[in-house]
Amino acid sequence: MLHFKVSDREQISALGTFLTLVLALTAGMVAIGLLFIISGVNPFFAFKKIFSGSFGSLYGFKETITKAIPLILIGGGLAVVFKAKFWNIGAEGQLLMGAIFGTWVGLNWGPSLPAPVIVPLMFLAGFLGGAFWGLIPAILKLRFSINEVISTLMLNYICAEFLTLLIVGPWKSPKKFGFPYTDDLPDSAILSLLPGSRIHTATLIVAVVAVVVLTIVIYKTRFGYEVRVIGENPDAAKYAGIDFSRTTMLIMVISGGMAGLAGVGEVAGIHHYLSYPDSISSGYGFTAIIVAWLAKLNPIYVIFSGIFFAGILVGGDAIQISLGLPAATVAVFNGTLLIFLIMGDFFTKNKVRILAGERG
Amino acid sequence: MKKIESLEMINISKSFQGVRANDNISMKVSSGEILGLLGENGAGKTTLMNILYGIYQPDTGEIRVNGQRIFIDSPKASIDHGIGMVHQHFMLVQNHTVIENIALGYAHAPKLFPQKKIRQRVVSFSEKFNFNIDPEKKVWQLSAGEQQRVEIVKALINGAGLLILDEPTSVLTPQETRDFFQVLGKMREDGQMIILISHKLDEIKRLCDRVTVLRKGQVVGHANAGQLDKRSLARMMIGRDVIFSFSREKIPRKEKVLEVADVRVDGDKGYPVVNGISFEVFRNEIFGIAGVSGNGQRELVEAITGLRMVTHGQIRINDIDITNQSPRKIHNTGVSHVPEERIRFGIAPNLFIYENAILKQHHQKKFSRRAFLAYGRIKAHTRQLIKDFQVATPSINVQTKNLSGGNIQKLILGREIADKPDLLVASHPTYGLDVGATEYLRNQLLKLRAEGGAVLLVSEDLEEIFELCDRIAVIFQGSFMGILESDDPRIADIGMMMAGTRDLKAGEGADASL
Repeated sequence: MLHFKVSDREQISALGTFLTLVLALTAGMVAIGLLFIISGVNPFFAFKKIFSGSFGSLYGFKETITKAIPLILIGGGLAVVFKAKFWNIGAEGQLLMGAIFGTWVGLNWGPSLPAPVIVPLMFLAGFLGGAFWGLIPAILKLRFSINEVISTLMLNYICAEFLTLLIVGPWKSPKKFGFPYTDDLPDSAILSLLPGSRIHTATLIVAVVAVVVLTIVIYKTRFGYEVRVIGENPDAAKYAGIDFSRTTMLIMVISGGMAGLAGVGEVAGIHHYLSYPDSISSGYGFTAIIVAWLAKLNPIYVIFSGIFFAGILVGGDAIQISLGLPAATVAVFNGTLLIFLIMGDFFTKNKVRILAGERG
Repeated sequence: MKKIESLEMINISKSFQGVRANDNISMKVSSGEILGLLGENGAGKTTLMNILYGIYQPDTGEIRVNGQRIFIDSPKASIDHGIGMVHQHFMLVQNHTVIENIALGYAHAPKLFPQKKIRQRVVSFSEKFNFNIDPEKKVWQLSAGEQQRVEIVKALINGAGLLILDEPTSVLTPQETRDFFQVLGKMREDGQMIILISHKLDEIKRLCDRVTVLRKGQVVGHANAGQLDKRSLARMMIGRDVIFSFSREKIPRKEKVLEVADVRVDGDKGYPVVNGISFEVFRNEIFGIAGVSGNGQRELVEAITGLRMVTHGQIRINDIDITNQSPRKIHNTGVSHVPEERIRFGIAPNLFIYENAILKQHHQKKFSRRAFLAYGRIKAHTRQLIKDFQVATPSINVQTKNLSGGNIQKLILGREIADKPDLLVASHPTYGLDVGATEYLRNQLLKLRAEGGAVLLVSEDLEEIFELCDRIAVIFQGSFMGILESDDPRIADIGMMMAGTRDLKAGEGADASL
């Protein structure tokens, strides 16, 4: 008879953590490979397609970076709130609210302002929009003890419907042949791209700077210390005189704001006008949860995990086209990886040994 | 399954990060026996019992029940083998009622509507042992003493043949302790076996048939309790003589630090639990609050430290009104606090020792530059702290949860004293600690007093109160039954006062204004 021994692990080395991560990813890949086999696709061929599609060519890599931008922004913000054990599942809605605020500023003030003025203004507006949408669940939790998982998730749908209302209603452009789109942003409000790619450099720079700053904030400042104490033990935080409400609201401003920045980047860098919520965000807000998790909630690592998952998104597009797999494939792929990452976490926190019954 | 009649642990070893918490430990207990397990904090008692309860797995060694080797890979397996454990730190679901908590661990709970059956059993246990538990109350509303009683019922209701009690009487009243000992005696006659982990040498001597003494993870001796006196037990345990009575020098008290005027506080249920308490604490004074837990001490302390709203009255520190100010503001006026539940309030277990060493003080100038924390200075401070307060740890870069309970308490007390408070509020500072750590911590409190600090000490341990306090207030149901000077002859009546007799020989009005 087999006996499993599970016990607390006191300390784990950085190498150990890294190896567990690699192992979890590998195990996840094997599981996904099985799913490919069930779908009648050679898994090695599929993986080759995915990674050659995203990292194997210059074109693919540029696309990967393009999709990494929103993931890094949102993932960086989520790493901060998750550290405080505030489970923000609402980055999708916060991204859309940022896109709405940014677009309004671009459409209304863009024609009369030059790019160096209007672009920062749009980012600021986007940050505020995301922060506003992120503050709602924070206040609901602080005032009425409403679980943030539910409220953030539901606010996604409210924001998506609100955006749809805008584009079929008051903001609908007369020039788009009846499609529910807004007008194009004026030229000054459109982000310049890295030549030969869709990489909007301004957002990329904002994203990298932001996660570097957040890393310093979390690990080196008083505020970051308070966030970590709240996450580790809210009772001790109260005892230590840490202002729970203020800190919770601030981290949701950061997290929502980061998602809002991503929304501005998507509209001003890629789409140039507002359209259906699905096409503006394509699930970045959810994928970023896994990005933050893979980065072990350290904002700086979000750069790497963001690029990794962007690669899967791009490669997923590639296999949809070349292998005729359904569009949900990427979601299945990501979900499976998340499950394995969480399992990996279990093994870094606990020691598990198997013993045979007769061992002496 | 056959009833558990004997239990052997043979050559058990267990290491944490290279530190041998248990080194080749063997012990045996058979039915009808109470075995005492003695040892300092970090001696390995709790580790050994956690191995028996399936929380840890031994690195080597084996466990035998009725002579047969068994594997205990979970608390459930342990319960199935007839082992019940009452932990020192309560393992209860805070948001659930007493019944729900008991149902959780009760193997024979009916699948549907278990409340009814369990309520009956809880009430019968409650009456039998005079536990006085309201089965419908939520655990977070219970005092530490009541929570421990729930834990004891939880183990007994499962029909445990071997009961492990980790510091079981620390929070019981003397009467409850007496009754509880009678129950243990009855259980012994019934052929049950009991392992009693205790630091109270009297208790061990009075109750146990045999004693196993641990020191630094090793067995340093077995003995029949009757053959040993307190002093030799203590010597075995820590390898040197303990001072049992402190020579407390008389120091005249100086300026007033804390003034509590007619304070009323509501409890968790929303009705008043502190009913108009007034007292003052001065520099160079330790002011003790004695009483059975659950009489308003916790709420009073929380009100003074800003964790709970005061509904009436005023609290002043150094003549500054701090009534209903935030914990940080109160702390900034010079109040430090050693909380009652040290793991729950005192530390963030997953953060490093140096991060916990500045909890509550991290915003002060000495530990931060503008928005940034000054980690260099923080680490230097922490090294000094663990040296000054003898916190046993391989390094300051260790997650705080890896320290033993006594060392966590030393760290917390050190942190609070190093802040040079005008007033230190200490709740049960030595609860569950061994003789050596207790002696050390008490000396630190006396040192703070000698250096001009004021200390408000809340404790159920009368020995501690008598040893340390210059004045003693007795609390009962949210009111002071009187305030006594330490040399007051009426102190003989303190037991009566704890049970609710107001001291009639002198007006407490006069006492309170001292």
